[in-house]
Amino acid sequence: MRKMKRLAVSLGLAAVIAVPAIAETKTVTLSTTLKSYDGNGAYLAIYLTDAQGKFHSTLRVLGRKAKYHSHLRDWSRGNAFEKRKIDGITGASVGSGQSLKVSVDVADALIDAGYQIRIDSSVENGRDNPADVVVPLTSANASKPTSGKGYVKSFTFDM
Amino acid sequence: MLRQIHSLPGLIAALLVVMLSVTGAVLSLDPILERAGATLPKAGQISVAALAEAVAAKHGGVDRIVKRASGSVIVYYFDGDRAGVDLVEPVTGLTIGAYEPSSFVQFVTNLHRSFLMGDAGRAAAGIGALVMVVLAITGATILATRLGGWTAILRPIRGTASQRLHAELGRFAVLGLVLSALTGCYLSLATFGLVPDGTIARISVPSAVNGGPRAPVGRLAVLKAVDLTDLRELTFPNAGDLTDVYVLTTARGVGHVDAATGEMLAYQPHSLSRRVYETIYMLHTGQGLWPLGLILGLAALSVPLLSAFGALIWWNRRSALPRIQKNVGAQSADTIILVGSEGNSTWDFAVTLHDALTKAGHRVYTAPMNRVASAYARAARILILTATYGDGAAPASANQFFSRLDAVQKPLPVAVLGFGDRSFPRFCRFADDVAGALRAKGWPVLLELEHIDRQSAQDFVRWGKNLGGAIGVELTLTHIATRPKTVALQLIERVDYGAEVQAPTAVLRFAAPNADHRAGVWRRLRTPRLPGFEAGDLVGILSPGSDLPRYYSLASASSDGVLEICVRKQPGGLCSSFLHELEPGSRIEAFIRKNPVFRPTRGKAPLILIGTGTGIGPLAGFIRHNAGRRRVYLYWGGRDPASDFLYESEMAKYLADQRLTALNTAFSRVPGGGYVQDRIVSDAIELRCLIQRGAQVLVCGGRDMARDVARALDTIIRPMGIDIQVLKSGGRYIEDVY
Repeated sequence: MRKMKRLAVSLGLAAVIAVPAIAETKTVTLSTTLKSYDGNGAYLAIYLTDAQGKFHSTLRVLGRKAKYHSHLRDWSRGNAFEKRKIDGITGASVGSGQSLKVSVDVADALIDAGYQIRIDSSVENGRDNPADVVVPLTSANASKPTSGKGYVKSFTFDM
Repeated sequence: MLRQIHSLPGLIAALLVVMLSVTGAVLSLDPILERAGATLPKAGQISVAALAEAVAAKHGGVDRIVKRASGSVIVYYFDGDRAGVDLVEPVTGLTIGAYEPSSFVQFVTNLHRSFLMGDAGRAAAGIGALVMVVLAITGATILATRLGGWTAILRPIRGTASQRLHAELGRFAVLGLVLSALTGCYLSLATFGLVPDGTIARISVPSAVNGGPRAPVGRLAVLKAVDLTDLRELTFPNAGDLTDVYVLTTARGVGHVDAATGEMLAYQPHSLSRRVYETIYMLHTGQGLWPLGLILGLAALSVPLLSAFGALIWWNRRSALPRIQKNVGAQSADTIILVGSEGNSTWDFAVTLHDALTKAGHRVYTAPMNRVASAYARAARILILTATYGDGAAPASANQFFSRLDAVQKPLPVAVLGFGDRSFPRFCRFADDVAGALRAKGWPVLLELEHIDRQSAQDFVRWGKNLGGAIGVELTLTHIATRPKTVALQLIERVDYGAEVQAPTAVLRFAAPNADHRAGVWRRLRTPRLPGFEAGDLVGILSPGSDLPRYYSLASASSDGVLEICVRKQPGGLCSSFLHELEPGSRIEAFIRKNPVFRPTRGKAPLILIGTGTGIGPLAGFIRHNAGRRRVYLYWGGRDPASDFLYESEMAKYLADQRLTALNTAFSRVPGGGYVQDRIVSDAIELRCLIQRGAQVLVCGGRDMARDVARALDTIIRPMGIDIQVLKSGGRYIEDVY
């Protein structure tokens, strides 16, 4: 209970969705396509931040070995308080040129409310790309492909 | 037992281990290639702050500076939305070019650690490393046991070509392989999180970030204080987030540096497990330690060869396994044969004995000594045939014999026959121990203990006659060591000596039938060829109507294109008479028996060759093949230089072209003559000198001569504080006597 309280305080606005029973959610489909590069599968973190880039919550993590998660830098820094909360939303790393489509539930309150979807990416012996993709979570941006500056070739969210 | 532990996983995991070692050998080149391309600044030459400033001046958004173990410095940056990675000059920060890690190296790395099969492949690679540890340790232990202990591990190795190559390669590579395999096991465990690697996943987030405007990176105090040689990695703060910090990783720990004030906000030293991990990682990969990498790579390259020769040895041993016919049950047999054998050659003798006793009407059960039963219901006698392993130890099929012997309830009349090689110091030691133990337990003696030297078929026949006498049957043991297929050979030339001094001796040269040994290569390839052999090996010859082969030392190698032997006509000797009657064009049936023990060691150490009469044969072969012109001293004794000076013209030629350094002859039937041991005594000082320099002594000839020579030489070297036994156990005094 104490933990819960601390979480709510530190996340501020997140308190709104801390009680999911009342919150209305929308299913958002995230489609990510990677560029072709030399190297092993890329680790990705797809997460939400506020307009200032302050971490809000994790949508999906790709790449299972936790010791490499520190290379997903911005996410890892923001995510520091919610250790081990990513168990159910972690998948395998994504290979060069591959596409990935996942569906997540996002609280209605976060849409068109100044929040951003961000992706951090990292490849072994390659580079770490904090904020590879930054796209505001607005109805207007839905279904519009955004290109990344790192390993992400294009990212689209549909809702 | 050790051997099974060595060969079974070896065979099963050969492919795995070969794959790991070949890829490992390829990867071992990476550290030196990378090191070759890097310039290393001296300690104190440039600080992290200075480098960071130089780099930051060139790129809009520097993300990270990494110094690799090789010393190369790599900069990750964004120019606008374009991501880039550059290799930079460490001192000036000038761009050398885009950093493009080799996709080939990446591919081989993945092959090496996971066989491109994800976690299942990673587990397989870990198991492969474990198998490698087991193989290296058991292999080294087997070799040490065979050579007579760990202190003797560097002694010359004897055996067939594949055994020798397997053992020599293994001895050369074992330390490297153990290091690679042990560190590989550790890395595999670390990958699966079974041992900690000390990665600092998260350093506690700084609480008191200044958050003010950022100072130029070159002015940050902490970064100015860190020398570039200590840097591992410097991560720049996110440009859009003023609360973000520099993350500095050095050889000692990880720290957060305030981007505004340049102060260290938080610091965490590397844990012990991290330092252990990094050291082991370096030892395994050679990253940052390229000479070790090369050595390990070289050691790894031996693994495919080790596997191939190992499989060959295993196959040879397996195909030599005896097939015993009419082996009756242990409880219904009247005669029990127990066999102690390492290689299987003793089994051949047991099978011969088994067959002969069965033919004589006995019910015979043959088994390894390790399977001695606590009671035999109908047995009237036990016959034990055993070899000795290494320096007096039990051979593989007898290593549990003593512990099982205590359980045997009823002593039975027993005969022990030991097999061994007189040139080893502890000749038939294990057989002696077995006989001694049985006597101490009060077992009746059926036949006194006897020894068979170097698989002598003649000795075995004699023992068989005695055994037959003891149990009241006629027993003829015609033993042919897994009688190989004979090949036909044709006499092409003979040179006769010694008729005038009652020692008729002939040098006989044979070739494959119809093969014109002067023909061109192509025709020779298509015509029947000689079997493979080297000077010093034996040829077994079956005279017509005889099943018992006679063995002669070979004076030539198959590469000479002829099979050459030197035969003295023995009064009443069946085979030698037969050979002496041959005319060019006549044919014989023969087979080769390898004799890898009697051979010069490789290298440049001098050779002292000593022989009398036909004993010169293999010695002449060694001299003929002395292509490296090592120093060779021949001491040879005959009767009269006018009649039986074997190989006289050849020796003159060898002296002239320096394949032979000195020839000392002794002739017994001329005035002022003498014996070969007299020449040895008179050359005492020079011989002592040669032995001091590591010379090897090879003796070939009659038993009496060998004894006299050994005695003479022993007297000569005693003052040096060594004796013949010392030379023998070091493989430096080898006899081939008959």
